[in-house]
Amino acid sequence: MRAALKPLFDPLLRDNPVTVQILGICSALAVTTSMTTALTMSLALTAVLVASSAVISLIRRHIPAQIRLILQITIIAAMVIVADLILQAYAYAISQRLSIFVSLIVTNCIVLGRAEAFAMSNPVGPSILDALGNGVGYSAILMVIAFLRELLGFGTLFGATVFPTVAEGGWYQPFGFMLLAPSAFMLLGLLVWALRSWRVEQVEPATTRVDREEALS
Amino acid sequence: MPDLNPISLWQRLLAAPNDSRGKTLTMAFLVSFAAALAVSSAAVLLGPRLDANREAERRARLEALIAETPGLAEVLPGSGIDSLEVLTVDLRDLSLADAVDPTQMTELTPDDDIAGIGTRHDLQQIFMARDGRDLALVILPVYGQGYQSTIRGYLALGPDLNTVIGLTITEQGETPGLGATIQTPGWLAQWPGTQLMDEAGEIRVAVVRGGGSTAYEVDAITGATRSSNGVQNMIRFWVGPLGFGPVLDALRSGDLP
Repeated sequence: MRAALKPLFDPLLRDNPVTVQILGICSALAVTTSMTTALTMSLALTAVLVASSAVISLIRRHIPAQIRLILQITIIAAMVIVADLILQAYAYAISQRLSIFVSLIVTNCIVLGRAEAFAMSNPVGPSILDALGNGVGYSAILMVIAFLRELLGFGTLFGATVFPTVAEGGWYQPFGFMLLAPSAFMLLGLLVWALRSWRVEQVEPATTRVDREEALS
Repeated sequence: MPDLNPISLWQRLLAAPNDSRGKTLTMAFLVSFAAALAVSSAAVLLGPRLDANREAERRARLEALIAETPGLAEVLPGSGIDSLEVLTVDLRDLSLADAVDPTQMTELTPDDDIAGIGTRHDLQQIFMARDGRDLALVILPVYGQGYQSTIRGYLALGPDLNTVIGLTITEQGETPGLGATIQTPGWLAQWPGTQLMDEAGEIRVAVVRGGGSTAYEVDAITGATRSSNGVQNMIRFWVGPLGFGPVLDALRSGDLP
């Protein structure tokens, strides 16, 4: 049972796509200024990831090797357009705030990465679990970063006031840097550092000479 | 006699080696076909909802244009855009129509088509407000080609039909952070007070770099020259002879109600 659910639980922490593989960080910094947009983006990415992994795994035995990447991208792109249309139809305001980032799920390395690394060589069931695990792993990191950025940048969570800001007569002076893209890089870096200090096995071996010399000194 | 039974053909396809030329082509075709089918069905099924959302967005922006323009809300007899008179004009002969018919279009020659729209819809809805009996405000719908998308908006003109009261962009897909600046309140705030034409009736309005020196000029967006030009050409076209120019003349002379 544990082994069967390994694809689902592994990507949550031990092999998280964002903090261990450092994939998908472009959208992680673009949509994390508010919890609402981060949650919508997480749901959209997870849905696309699960659907595309399921379809690719279903037809994996009949995908010619020379054109496999282009077939995978065609399937993923179609899913992304459908997800974007659904968002525009049922959550128009949020889809306007996410602007191009939903369409950019096509280029998110996690989606193609899971298709190529897992769905192409595993049956449908495990592929769906793996996609779900990676989607939730990505979402968890996005939500942590969005929590910090929205709370410190606006003093709100999901748009509801937590720290009343000075502008509204409260006491909290918003930390404007949190609303700029570099803050997401720094938070992500701190998060990766914290996770790797806790789980030392995630630290990558030094690969370049400078790394080795620094490691020795 | 070749075997044309679809079931056995399908089984032969599944059994064929993956890298054979026939299977590669067939798989490429089938996957593209399924993807196209999924995307087009989603677009058709969700179409009415998408249109309704865009319509609501346009309405909200028109209301925002009225709310943000100083002195405009007081001029209107009622509140919001419901108090505006709606006039559907046929641009070919300035006759009035009952409803907008998007199938009636006029092809534009490349020389005339400064807004890059190819064809012009002949029936257009314009909005007007009156102060007593005098015209207080005319709102014209405008659209034109930007850098990578069609820009749509509303242009509000004052009683002289030459001074811009406000411009709002309702739809655009320009580069976020660059061209998309045309939709920001800060950039649009330059428009009120801009003059369209000089005394001779020549269209002078322009979006220029480092501009804003004359009453006809608005400052362009750095790094988004083509989006800025798109807005300029869109306005020049729609207040020009092939756009609402004749309608504005008729309103000035009183030929239109």
